[in-house]
Amino acid sequence: MNNGLLEFPTWIKLDLATYIDDFVRYLNVNYGDFFYALKATLNGLINLIYQSLNIIPWWLFILIVIFVTKKLLGSYRKGFLYGALLFCVGTFGYWDMMNETLSIVITSVIFSLLLGLPIGVGISTSAGANGFVRPVLDAMQTMPTFVYMIPAVMLLGPGKVPAVLATVIYAVVPVIRLTSHGIQQVDKEVVEAARAFGSSRWQILAKVQIPQALPTIMTGINQTMMMAVAMVVTCAMIGANGLGMEVLIAINRTESGRGIIAGISIVILAIIIDRLTQSFSAKGDK
Amino acid sequence: MAETILKVKNLYKLFKSNDITANEDVALKLLQEGADAATVLDKSGMFAAVADVSFEVQRGEIFALIGLSGSGKSTIIRCLNMLHTPTRGQILVEGSDITKYNDEQLLELRRTKIAMVFQNFGLMSHRDVLSNVCYGLEIRGMGKAEREAKGMEMVAMVGLEGWEHKTIDSLSGGMKQRVGIARALANDPDILLMDEAFSALDPLVRNDLQFELLRIQEKMGKTIVFITHDINEAFKLGSHVGILREGRMVQVATPEQMLSQPANDYVRKFIDNVDPSKVFSVRNIMVTPSCMIKATDGVNIALQSMRNNGVSSAYIVGEQMHFIGIITLEDALAVRAGKKTFEEAVIKDLPLITDMDTPVADVVELAASAKFPLVVVSEGNVLRGIVSKASILSSFCN
Ligand SMILES: Nc1ncnc2c1ncn2[C@@H]1O[C@H](COP(=O)(O)OP(=O)(O)O)[C@@H](O)[C@H]1O
Ligand SMILES: [Mg+2]
Repeated sequence: MNNGLLEFPTWIKLDLATYIDDFVRYLNVNYGDFFYALKATLNGLINLIYQSLNIIPWWLFILIVIFVTKKLLGSYRKGFLYGALLFCVGTFGYWDMMNETLSIVITSVIFSLLLGLPIGVGISTSAGANGFVRPVLDAMQTMPTFVYMIPAVMLLGPGKVPAVLATVIYAVVPVIRLTSHGIQQVDKEVVEAARAFGSSRWQILAKVQIPQALPTIMTGINQTMMMAVAMVVTCAMIGANGLGMEVLIAINRTESGRGIIAGISIVILAIIIDRLTQSFSAKGDK
Repeated sequence: MAETILKVKNLYKLFKSNDITANEDVALKLLQEGADAATVLDKSGMFAAVADVSFEVQRGEIFALIGLSGSGKSTIIRCLNMLHTPTRGQILVEGSDITKYNDEQLLELRRTKIAMVFQNFGLMSHRDVLSNVCYGLEIRGMGKAEREAKGMEMVAMVGLEGWEHKTIDSLSGGMKQRVGIARALANDPDILLMDEAFSALDPLVRNDLQFELLRIQEKMGKTIVFITHDINEAFKLGSHVGILREGRMVQVATPEQMLSQPANDYVRKFIDNVDPSKVFSVRNIMVTPSCMIKATDGVNIALQSMRNNGVSSAYIVGEQMHFIGIITLEDALAVRAGKKTFEEAVIKDLPLITDMDTPVADVVELAASAKFPLVVVSEGNVLRGIVSKASILSSFCN
């Protein structure tokens, strides 16, 4: 009887979970066509990227990495190191899976940037949008990824498409934050000078703010890529094939060797992507 | 002769304080009754950065605006190109009120009529020197080749040839501001706004740039509104000086007038800071005589040249600018009428300044007693320039 003071009364109950379930079901039923089309489009894109990666012979891919590294980092030593690491992935028997994983990562990054850059620019100039978007970003970053994977799977079915969706939600945050931060921290007097010389709003953005903020924006892009790679294993849980799936299978079967090798392959991918994109932000800093 | 290019009439600029009850009308009324900024802030919640300021700037002059930090100088100059929208008042550029301009007209105004130079330079570090200088031309849509040719001209004008492809970060402060000036001049504006443009520079570099500015202004005839908190700089550069105090204009006058008739104690206190040691040497204030003829030219050419230049005396030089003397209008007329020979008419007995680095202070008495501007010659009696009483007065004021 006096329990009511100690325990939360059971009769006060907000059944939010049911409402959300209903809503997702409602979307599924009424907008099924839309999600079907979305799924088909995304699948097409992922496959396109996957096919293009597959067309490139393995040795050419390694050569490209070596030369791009030389171009960006100015060192053949690093180029050969990265090339050798990729070669290792091949010897593990994971070349094809790597391409599959890469196609998901690349698609996710493309969408993250397509969304993130304009949003970042937008909230840097509008205090109102900023106040609205910030808490949403915080929520996206702290919410456990599985939570939005469930509705994603319900709406789109298992596979690579919900994986891309979940990855974008997770990875888009840093590019938004750092784009807006970079633009806001551009020297006020420089922006004022641009205004004083008769620049239009667009000219200030394109010729002054974005170029001046570029090192910071590149850091954001780098972080977005890293987070996309970090989602690989999580995405495997909703049926995205590739290196992540390999890790998952190994965990289920407690095959340590297989798991570790697949894990190492993911790390190799991450390192190469990180170093190559970091070089952009470092260059801008000089 | 003098033509008003810029006229500021009863300019007010109020900023809202954090007080949500801030009331602009109450503030304006109080200000019109002569209340000071503190009272206005207290009673209306509005901060009066500029209150009832009026002044006029003539084409081709340097108008110096001086006041302590926070007196509203930057706010005023930012109203002159509408970076700030005035709360009340008119700003007439060549008679047209820019406070009524729409966005398009404002862009046009900033692109062609008014350019600005900033205290901390406001240069874009992702562009090199030349491309900073060309910025204004670029956003107007001028082609690359054309704007870079124009840009190079300006780079040369400020003495930065050879630096055009250097990064901004590799330049010293003085050089950065030269880039700032070149960028402003590249637009070929009628009016140049300079907000404490030299305040961030050390004294020697500052002196250099002040001189450079006078040279450029002499050459290009730009109208300049120059803001400073340094009375020496204001008097050195300004043909008119306005003193601001808490957003109100205390006095607008020429440096000479201000010295002889300071409006009140506040102005007097400012003037007490004028430091003669900071003023220029002869080199910095001498100008090329507008009417110069060769000894072999004869009296008719002398008269014609005087008429063309609207002056009443001509400087006569021999081969290689060797200085010979002066001929006045009356004497030249007498020669033509046959009353004198050319040789007799030339005044040769003149005080000369032989060292261009003589401080202006040392030639003041000489200039005061001389009938003509002082002639500056270098080794071998080569004419280098003249120093008029007026230029001495505006540079040396104690
Ligand atoms: N955007 C603004 N908002 C509120 N107050 C401002 C703003 N800009 C300037 N002020 C205030 O107006 C006064 C005059 O500033 P300013 O024109 O920059 O002075 P100065 O250039 O003479 O040092 C200062 O007290 C400053 O705090
Ligand atoms: Mg200021």
